[in-house]
Amino acid sequence: MTMTWIWTLLTGSGILCALLLGRGSELAAAIPRGMQEGVTLALSLGGSLCLWSGVGRLMEAVGITGMLSRLLRPFLHRVFPESKQDPLLAQSLSGNICANFLGLGNAATPMGMDAARRLRRGDSASHSLCRLIVLNTASIQLIPANVAAVRSGLGCQTPFDILPAVWLTSICSAGLGLAMAVLLGRVWKDA
Amino acid sequence: MLDYLVPGLLFFLSALALKDRQDAYSLMLEGGQAGLRLLVSILPTLIFLVTAVQILRASGAAELLSRCFAPLFSRLGIPPETALLVLIRPISGSAALAVGADLMRQYGVDSPVGRTAAVMLGSTETTFYTISVYFGAAGIRKTRYTLPAALFADFVGFFMASMSVRWFYR
Repeated sequence: MTMTWIWTLLTGSGILCALLLGRGSELAAAIPRGMQEGVTLALSLGGSLCLWSGVGRLMEAVGITGMLSRLLRPFLHRVFPESKQDPLLAQSLSGNICANFLGLGNAATPMGMDAARRLRRGDSASHSLCRLIVLNTASIQLIPANVAAVRSGLGCQTPFDILPAVWLTSICSAGLGLAMAVLLGRVWKDA
Repeated sequence: MLDYLVPGLLFFLSALALKDRQDAYSLMLEGGQAGLRLLVSILPTLIFLVTAVQILRASGAAELLSRCFAPLFSRLGIPPETALLVLIRPISGSAALAVGADLMRQYGVDSPVGRTAAVMLGSTETTFYTISVYFGAAGIRKTRYTLPAALFADFVGFFMASMSVRWFYR
């Protein structure tokens, strides 16, 4: 239902603005152009979705997530103290973070859900669960393949030159988001 | 060095698979099939949302919105043109992609606005969707401080995207 509200709001505000600004003919032309550009955008993503899903399948097969997970252990025990006692929880948590890092959304979500279920205590979110979700919403990704594909489709000669900026931004947002979660965890009072 | 990251990764993975006597090529084709099924499933969403973005832009609503947010955004150093992207990114991933791609096309992929949009898309997530999926799976009703912390992380992402583009590409 959310998207129905958004769609209605978007089209409604478009009509309202066009009426106020006298842009009726531009508005009418926007619809056929929009649907055409939608197809163009989807097609520019097609190659990336195909190739990187293939690479993702290969990563799963060679077990690269497991290799990365081991590097993550010290960090994991600090941020999620429960993972020290529960090896299965540690496995789901590190698997989720590594899969996100490698851009394997399909593999990341089930592992994250498993970790969320293991972290569950009653119907209120624990500190660790809040931290897990903040890490998942902050997106730390090694190669943002879809954005690179869109850039390339628009004629960019160096679609990957945004990588350093993406890395720095991801690290800052995940790090400060986590710090905020820790801070709020100390002062939060349940109503 | 950076130029060799993606080609190197492709080689490294298939060499690793070869060492274990795994058929890397068939595995990639199998994954590729799944990727294209995903494309078909998001195609209608993209067509509808790109149309909505074009409606907003042609009607002048997008410009109006960025003008409303211009004083606040300029003070923070975030390009006001990205206002719609910043507002929609935590809610819908496909809509954000549609808005971001439109910004890149309108201002140019290598322009500061186009680059900032690309970095924002690459380094943030669909926060509300992710929260609802995880809390739904775990059966949690009291989310406590998760949403403020996650939205703070998003804000840092939007801010740092603007800053890093300014620092790295002059």
